[in-house]
Amino acid sequence: MRIAYFPGCTLSTKAKGFNDSARDSAKALGLELVDLEQWNCCGATFPLLTDNMLDLTGPARVLISGRQQGGRLVTACTICYNVLRRTNRVIRENEDGREKLNLFLEAEYKGDLEVLDLLQVLRDEVGFDKIWEAVKRPLDGLKVAAYYGCMVLRPPKEVAYEEDPENPCALDDLLAALGAEPVNYPYKGECCGAYLIVKSPQVAGELSYTILDSAQRNGAQLVVTNCPLCQFNLDRQQGLMGQRHAGFQPIPILYFTQLLGIALGLDSGDYGFEKHYIDPCSLLASRNLIAI
Amino acid sequence: MRVKLSSEALQSDFVKKVEEISGQDLLACNQCGKCSAGCPVAFAMDILPSQVIRLLQLGEVEEALNSEAIWFCAACQTCYTRCPRGVDLTRIMEALREMAMRERGDYLDIGAIPPEELAEFPQLAFIGGFRKYTS
Repeated sequence: MRIAYFPGCTLSTKAKGFNDSARDSAKALGLELVDLEQWNCCGATFPLLTDNMLDLTGPARVLISGRQQGGRLVTACTICYNVLRRTNRVIRENEDGREKLNLFLEAEYKGDLEVLDLLQVLRDEVGFDKIWEAVKRPLDGLKVAAYYGCMVLRPPKEVAYEEDPENPCALDDLLAALGAEPVNYPYKGECCGAYLIVKSPQVAGELSYTILDSAQRNGAQLVVTNCPLCQFNLDRQQGLMGQRHAGFQPIPILYFTQLLGIALGLDSGDYGFEKHYIDPCSLLASRNLIAI
Repeated sequence: MRVKLSSEALQSDFVKKVEEISGQDLLACNQCGKCSAGCPVAFAMDILPSQVIRLLQLGEVEEALNSEAIWFCAACQTCYTRCPRGVDLTRIMEALREMAMRERGDYLDIGAIPPEELAEFPQLAFIGGFRKYTS
C-alpha cells in the first residue's frame, strides 16, 4: 500500500531517527510512505484565534499539496498531524475561513483530504496482529511506558482516534504486539511542557518529571513517544530533574518506531540513538535487542 | 477581594474583543474549577486558569492581562477537553496573550536566548515558542 507522507521539518533534521525508523518499519510492513513533492512547515502550533488566518496558510498549503497527491496524507510527527488535521477541519467546516484561505493561496481546496497519524494507520490498516506475526525480535517483556502527549488526544472531537482519549491504548497495544510489557501509569496523556521549554525550562522540566517519575514508579525501563517535542523535553530535561529531585534515575526516551524497527528485525544502525541525551543503547544491548 | 461591578467594565470593548477573537462566551463558564484542577501548569501560575476567566467575567481586564498565568498556558487542551460547559479556555488564554502583545510588544526577546541553546532546540520548540510569545 502506498500513502502520501508528510515528514515535516523536525523529522527531516533533528529527529531523523524517528523519520528513518518510521519509513523503514512501514516499508517492512508493506506500507510505502511517499514523500509529498512539495511541502513546507506546518506552523508547529495550531493558531487558536478566530482572526488568525495567516498562520493557517502554511498548513493549508501542505493540505493542498497532499490533495494533489491523493485522498490521504499520513504524518509520523504528531504535532504536524494535529496542526494539519485541525486546519483541515477549519477549511471543511468554516465557509468564511475556506474562502479566505483559497483566495489567498489561489486554490479551490474543500478540506477533503484525510489526515492520518502513522500509529492510526498501523492499527487500522496494517493491524497489530499482522505486526505481531512480522516480529522477528520480540521485545521479550521489556517494560515500556507508552507516552501519548497531547497531540493525538486533544481536542478529542478534532484529533483523537482513541475510544477513550482520557485513557488511550493504541500505543500500549502496539507495544504488546511487539512482545513488550506495556506499563500502566496515570500520566500517559499529560502535557510534557511543550514550547514552555523556550520560556521556562524549569517549569517545563517539572511537567516532564511528573510523567517520568510516574512511569518509573510503575516499573518502566524505557519510555516511547510519538512526538519530537515530547522526546526532546523528556530526554533533555533529565539532567535538571536529577538536580532537583533526589533519587531520580535517568530513563531512555525512544520513538515508538525505533522500537518497532528493532522488533521487526531491521538494522537500527541509523536510528540516531547517539543523538539521544540519555543513552538507550546499553539497555537495548543488555536485552540483546541491538549489538554494540 | 472587593470588586466594584459596573456595566461599562462588564461590557467593555476589551471584553467584547476577547470574546470575538477567542470565539468563546465568557459567561458560559460557571466557575466549577475543573480547568484549574486538571491544568498541569497550574502549580507555576500566579492565578488559576478559572480565575483568569473569572476576572474577565467581572470586567477586571488589566488584572487578567497582567497575570503570569496567560504565559504559562501550554495550550495542551486538557481544560477544554474536560470543561462541562464547552468553554475553550486555551483560546481565551491565546486571546489575552495576543492582546497583551498587540499593546506592549513581544513577550519574549528571541535575541536573549543563548545561541547554543537555540541550536539544540528542535524546530517545533522554537517555532512554537515564537508563535506564542512574539507577535
